[in-house]
Amino acid sequence: MMALLSLAVLVPILAGTLLALTSSWERRRIAAGVALAAVLASLVLLAVALGRNGGGRSVIWWGSWPPHGRVVGIDFAVDGLGGGLALFVTVLAVPALLMAAYAIRASAQLFFGACLIFVAAMVGYCLTGDLFNLFVFFELMSVSAYVLVGYEVRKRAPLEGALTFAVTNSVGSILFLFGIGLLYGKVGALNMAQLGVGLHAVGPSGLVYVAFALVATGLLVKAAVIPFHFWTADAYGVAPTPVLILLGGVFSELGLYGFARVYWTVFDPALGAHHDAIRAIFVLLGLATGLLGAGMALAQHHLRRMLAFVVISQIGLFLVGIGLLSADGLAGTAIFLVGDGLAKAALFVCVGVVQLRCDAIEERTLHGRGRRLLWPLGIAYLLAALTVADLPPWGTFAGKALVEDAALKAGGYGWVPAVMTLISALAAGALLRAGLRVFAGVGDPAPYDERFVHEDGTQGGGEDESDVSVVLPGALAAALVLASLAWGLIPGLEHAAARAATRFIDTAGYAAAVLGGGARRATAPAVPPVHGPDATAWLYALATLAGAAAVAALGVAGRTLPRAAARTVDAVRALHSGRPGDYVAWAAGGAATLAGLFALTLS
Amino acid sequence: MSVLPYLVAAWLLVIGLWGVITSRHLVHMVLCLGVVQSSTYVLLLAVGYRTGGQAPIVSSSVPPSSPFVDPIVQALTLTDVVVEATVVAVLLALTVQAHKRFGTADPNALGALRG
Repeated sequence: MMALLSLAVLVPILAGTLLALTSSWERRRIAAGVALAAVLASLVLLAVALGRNGGGRSVIWWGSWPPHGRVVGIDFAVDGLGGGLALFVTVLAVPALLMAAYAIRASAQLFFGACLIFVAAMVGYCLTGDLFNLFVFFELMSVSAYVLVGYEVRKRAPLEGALTFAVTNSVGSILFLFGIGLLYGKVGALNMAQLGVGLHAVGPSGLVYVAFALVATGLLVKAAVIPFHFWTADAYGVAPTPVLILLGGVFSELGLYGFARVYWTVFDPALGAHHDAIRAIFVLLGLATGLLGAGMALAQHHLRRMLAFVVISQIGLFLVGIGLLSADGLAGTAIFLVGDGLAKAALFVCVGVVQLRCDAIEERTLHGRGRRLLWPLGIAYLLAALTVADLPPWGTFAGKALVEDAALKAGGYGWVPAVMTLISALAAGALLRAGLRVFAGVGDPAPYDERFVHEDGTQGGGEDESDVSVVLPGALAAALVLASLAWGLIPGLEHAAARAATRFIDTAGYAAAVLGGGARRATAPAVPPVHGPDATAWLYALATLAGAAAVAALGVAGRTLPRAAARTVDAVRALHSGRPGDYVAWAAGGAATLAGLFALTLS
Repeated sequence: MSVLPYLVAAWLLVIGLWGVITSRHLVHMVLCLGVVQSSTYVLLLAVGYRTGGQAPIVSSSVPPSSPFVDPIVQALTLTDVVVEATVVAVLLALTVQAHKRFGTADPNALGALRG
């Protein structure tokens, strides 16, 4: 187990370093091969480790420094959800690297090297059981993401996107570290299990609330939860397509994973008496994020920015699932996240290839030009957009049904599934509208958007570059959509996810497994009974699909919003000013608000 | 143990953030980010400080039973410094590119992406 888990992180790091060291060679094909081999190796190692784990929990201690009453070493603590997410990172890295081999020409070897470091950091982040180690992997994946987003540094938009991304996220990281420092001062530990035990012993206090707010801020900046989300559209709107597959498919979600992991291991023992308040705060935050993301997606005519806001809207839904603080909510989120990540990856591939081929990214200039591309591309795009709208039996349907079920069971949250339906319908409606216009030429061209003009004063739209082949991306997009379908068809997925989620939120069991000793409990916690999607789930899914179709139809028909709504949308859009200073102000204000909320509601 | 280092850490955090928020030059912004980061150095070192403690190096003349300052936070601070150096290097490289290509280092001139 030690060898499997450590090599899963070390192989991509070493291969990435090797590629970076020899980057002056500039052998594009060899670099792509090495990168793919390293990622596949990591994938296989993780799959074997998870198979041997058999749904249990494995703990390994680096340098064989197991705890003797007090933890000094650093551990990897791998369970179904953490290990599964790490596996999903490596799975998504495969299409990302294939797209890179297809699309990246300049300094490709460095690009592949940075990609490998990025993947390795994300894998390590999912596996670690030490809070400071989590922070180091967090920083490693952030810095490689800054570099990858700003890869086309000679163009203005990527440069600006990378700057905004780096400044905002660095502030988030520093607040995170400040929170870790406060926790260490309070408890004198860095291991998450030991921190949980220690915090339970000292009990909640003002310092714990501040530390929780700071740690949550750092992780939620990454996850793009409002009001920490501002950088996301700027960075994701300009990132190279291969990077976007990883960023939008799994990187943002890792912020939420970290939040869930840290909450359940570190803070839940001390704050467990206040589940109601915590649930209310994070479910509302998730719904607000979802509504903002979906509304902003609808307002966009820049396809990549639209996708970025769809990512934000889905993050909001995932936060609802996690914020319900129940095993079935968490299990549903895990299924939902993978199905949705695969579908979004397909969307990124489709939009990326259209941009490459047509040299434009505006809905207006691209009107009907997708028809001249290979037809599977358009089909894949539309199917992926419908997957965002819970199309049964795709993976998103089963996952979201579980989250809705958890909301109905939570008591007082029966209205949440209706809002989730609205969020999905708006987000998917925006995607469908753009897809119908671009790939089918339906309706009138989109209105002119003066916000996005190229440096030459136009909105782009040169001749098609017919030497750009669309066969590989077409096949890739189709494969990703089919993978999302297959994910939803796996029998017994709900039960496996519920078992893994129960283990994930079993704080006492986690602490016993990591710290060892007498606290090991004889009985495992009860897994909540889950079932496949029932009639209610079908009803919500049909409502979502109908809503998305209606939103798309109204959009294609050129219907505009009523004046008051349009003014609100304009006001919200104006907040996304593109200036890092403003975004940092929002993040600092958000952190202070969270700390205040915790102090008010949890004491 | 004095409360002063904690006040210094909080002050550095707040004033650095204020600098980042109001900055008019990218180099200034990156340096302010460094100020925010140094708040974590002060915090970590303050957390591990023991009155009368000495450097955590055990030798024949310094028995393990004598009071030491906490070596873990010092290791954390070192790691933190390395992380900060990496981030600053990336940010400064981007700043240089911005100045070279577009003749400006004013963050308020950014905004090809908005709305």
